[in-house]
Amino acid sequence: MEQQTAQPEMTVIGGVDEIVEEFQPKIEAMICTYCTYAAADLAGSQRLQYPPTVKIVKYPCTGRISVAHILKAFELGADAVLVGGCEVGTCHFIEGNLRATERVAYAKKLLEETGLGGDRLEMFYISASDSHGFVNAVNEMTDRAKKMGPNFLGQARG
Amino acid sequence: MIVATRKPFTEIKDLVSGHRKILIVGCGTCVSVCLAGGEIEVSILASQLRIALGLEGDDVQIDEAIVERQCNREFLVLLGKKKNMTDYDVIVSMACGAGVQLLGDVYDQKPVVPALNTVFIGIEEGPGIWAERCQSCGNCVLGETGDICPITMCPKGLLNGPCSGSRHGRCEVNPEIECAWVKIYDRLAARGDLERISKVLPPRKNSRRAHPAVATHEAYKRRFVKDEKIV
Ligand code: SF4
Ligand code: SF4
Repeated sequence: MEQQTAQPEMTVIGGVDEIVEEFQPKIEAMICTYCTYAAADLAGSQRLQYPPTVKIVKYPCTGRISVAHILKAFELGADAVLVGGCEVGTCHFIEGNLRATERVAYAKKLLEETGLGGDRLEMFYISASDSHGFVNAVNEMTDRAKKMGPNFLGQARG
Repeated sequence: MIVATRKPFTEIKDLVSGHRKILIVGCGTCVSVCLAGGEIEVSILASQLRIALGLEGDDVQIDEAIVERQCNREFLVLLGKKKNMTDYDVIVSMACGAGVQLLGDVYDQKPVVPALNTVFIGIEEGPGIWAERCQSCGNCVLGETGDICPITMCPKGLLNGPCSGSRHGRCEVNPEIECAWVKIYDRLAARGDLERISKVLPPRKNSRRAHPAVATHEAYKRRFVKDEKIV
């Protein structure tokens, strides 16, 4: 998929002097090459619209995603993280997506403990043909991050 | 191996609160295998602390390190060559209680705090689950008990069993578990070695468990025992 550059949307509020940057959450999508990555690719081919502030990290299988990777993303300023794996029963490595499900649940608890909030992280099951599933996942996480507000650790890092 | 579990996050956070430079040291042996204090767990705890303390506006520096075995002085000395230990305000050890204490002995100018609770000596039963198998009693009887430890597996720690509370192979203390002595009986029977069970094991010598215990290797005794001369 073409890398999309993150451009903050500018909204003019009040007069010309008052240009406020609308909060565009930075979403990290940790996705499996066999399913969600293909779906994201298809979404691009179909010209489906979704927030350009999503950064894709391609994994050979969601079973490779460590809780440490997820927390690192938040530490470095991600506003939300989505993990996209194959539908249950269709993992190329049989149960990598089930392992990811367990790890995501654990990572949500760890995030909750830090005060950042476990809802900033979610697991999605998106098949290779489900381009709309990918777009919905990105929109869902963007909405959640907008509700929860920015991850200030990201702001500190600019 | 020694099995440990991570302390609740709030407890660890309280232990390090007020400190600015924090070093988290994992251990590459037992606690790595039981997913409590290895490289990944060090990374996870470091991230969690950076996020939590960062959100509170604390300007902290959290570094990560891992040593092969925290219960070996040599590895801790090596750690001191890689990290400037006096630079840190607090050191968080992710080893078992033994590792924490040795780290504290070697770098005694700085507070060393534990991030784990050490729970038992055990085995891996499956991914993510461990079970106690030995209480390091100092006088192993497994040779007489079909390799099943009655001190650990029997809630009463009976050396001669079963007791009269054993019911249909279950334990009277906890019917959820199998009676250790029935298991011992069955295993010895299967091996054709049943006469062993009629052997009465002598009472445990609890004096052996004087704490803190010390174990010395025969070949090295002269180094540690007074008046033991080699030449
Ligand atoms: S410090 Fe503890 S956990 Fe690490 S190797 Fe030694 S006994 Fe095992
Ligand atoms: S008898 Fe049990 S507690 Fe004692 S050393 Fe053997 S296994 Fe460990």
